[in-house]
Amino acid sequence: MEVVQLLVSGLANGCVYGLIALGFVLIYKATEQVNFAQGDFMMLGAFVCLGLTNAHYMGLPFWIAAPLAIAIMAVLGYLLDFFVLRHLFGQSQTAVVILTIALGFVIRFVAGVIWSHEPQTLESPLAIGDFNIGGVVLGMADIAVIVVTVLLTYFLYQFFQRTKLGLAMQAASQNQMAAYFMGIPVKRVQGMIWGLSGAVAAVAGILFASKGAIDPNAGLLGIKAFAAAVIGGFGSLPGALMGGLIVGVIEPFASRYFPAGYSQIAPYTLLLFVLVFRPHGLFSQVRIKKV
Amino acid sequence: MRINFKTSYEHDIRLFPDWWSFFVYATLIVIAVALPWLMDDFFLGEVTNVLIWAIAGLGLMLLTGQTGQASLGHAAFLALGCYSCIIFMEQGWPFLIAFPAAGILTGVVGTIIAIPAIRLHGIYLAIATIALSILADDIIVLMEPITDGVSGKFAPMINIFGIEIERWTTPDRFYWLVLAVTILCTLAYRNLLRSPLGRAFAAVRDSEVSATAMGVHIARTKAAAFGISCAITGLAGALMGFYAGAFNNETFSIVISITLLMMIVIGGLGSIHGAFFGAVVVAFLPQFLSMTKDLIGGSSVAIPGLETGVFGMILILFILFEPMGIYGRWMKIRIWFELFPFARKDMFKRQKSYLKTERLR
Repeated sequence: MEVVQLLVSGLANGCVYGLIALGFVLIYKATEQVNFAQGDFMMLGAFVCLGLTNAHYMGLPFWIAAPLAIAIMAVLGYLLDFFVLRHLFGQSQTAVVILTIALGFVIRFVAGVIWSHEPQTLESPLAIGDFNIGGVVLGMADIAVIVVTVLLTYFLYQFFQRTKLGLAMQAASQNQMAAYFMGIPVKRVQGMIWGLSGAVAAVAGILFASKGAIDPNAGLLGIKAFAAAVIGGFGSLPGALMGGLIVGVIEPFASRYFPAGYSQIAPYTLLLFVLVFRPHGLFSQVRIKKV
Repeated sequence: MRINFKTSYEHDIRLFPDWWSFFVYATLIVIAVALPWLMDDFFLGEVTNVLIWAIAGLGLMLLTGQTGQASLGHAAFLALGCYSCIIFMEQGWPFLIAFPAAGILTGVVGTIIAIPAIRLHGIYLAIATIALSILADDIIVLMEPITDGVSGKFAPMINIFGIEIERWTTPDRFYWLVLAVTILCTLAYRNLLRSPLGRAFAAVRDSEVSATAMGVHIARTKAAAFGISCAITGLAGALMGFYAGAFNNETFSIVISITLLMMIVIGGLGSIHGAFFGAVVVAFLPQFLSMTKDLIGGSSVAIPGLETGVFGMILILFILFEPMGIYGRWMKIRIWFELFPFARKDMFKRQKSYLKTERLR
């Protein structure tokens, strides 16, 4: 029973990692850039929703505030691309990496100024208590996280495989010049993907804040989600979810069965092993082009 | 207007392009040596801090600016250098042996780590090095019998042939020690760039395909860059330990790694000057911020995250408007004056390239 309990709580945590990792992968899949500020986006989305919902601030009903927060984050993501990242078009990936790390610092600072550094909880209807199913304690928020994550991954996967815009995004990342020749407005497509990943970050943030308290440093969770994205294989949406679940499940088991001190290094050790032996992740997308 | 007329290859690669620049750097060194008589102890300590950061910056610059491998894990090597130097000294080794030994050890470990890491490139290397930086923190705690874990270690007194050097009681001697290491590292770096290995580094950075075609062994070159870079960083780490006096597992956190990378970007990637300019920014930013806060009459309450926030903002502005950093801007101004009526706006236009995926090869 204990194993099941650990597994379930690990899965719920893993889904949050998976959701943040989805944001990484979305941007990587469509622009070949890596957004190191994705964790801070998640934190910002959570705080925007918290600012709209909590009685202490705006006091809107949650079911209005949550879509609003998602929309705000989507617009913010688009504007960010429009005003900042578009100017880096054609420069190296490393420049984008450094820029987004700096952006993360700035977001963390701004969030700290607006909402203070005290941990706060979102007054969410999802945090209504725990179920007890045959000895396994399960929070409502945990169930919501798992359901939303699976649905979101499915829809995004279908979006990339089936829709015209999704295919345009893939084309824009695979070969920018060829995409231009095919009449794809590459820069606008990139702006859209930043907006989309902002929205996904907001969903992740709202769910994360429903599970517990949140403070401006919660964005550091992004590093763990990053490990998840790499373990799953950058560029694969189901891979991101799987990576998130693996990291999420490993954590509680490691802290239960490993001696103290070794548990928190488990995800990163796994990450290093994956990078050394399967550098492009478990769900590798790297193919050798056939001529 | 200055004419740089080269008549031989020797002429092209010599240490100083002409007598004027030799004179400039000689003056700079004289002023640097005389600094303890010109400044009070507080500012001397700050300058020492700048120099230590500059050495660390040189280490990372060699890897990122020269060889084009972005590392976000150099704090791990700072920590290794610091811990190994001080542990060697606790074993009774004299400083003059322990200090280079720490550098060599860090370099060897860096090379060993590089062997799997060089298969990765771009983003994946950055991720692997982030993981390394996070692991370093935990490994220091796990190796408590040697490293004293969370409670940390204290730097012992440095003793060179009977001359005692300590950060607080003899700040001027400590400053001279750091200055000597800085000059040695800078000279080594400069000479390395003139050697075939240094040229190979630049070739790997600019195009791996053309470098291979020119007979450069990519993996070996990258491993060498990693090793030398880590060795220099290790030396800086040891000095950082002596500067701080006390340190534990949290001293060399991932934030230090990130700051180091941002520092060389602000300073200017791929130049020795860049490491120094960046170090000045990093070391004086906290002082500058607290001074401006006093000036505008703000409360003395510390705003958490202010430093990193402002630092991030500066970095974003630099990447957007001056990707070559402070040194790049300085070069542009200088060349404008040197060529006076003939400078054109497009001279520094960067070549842009269309991106192709790494997932399909």
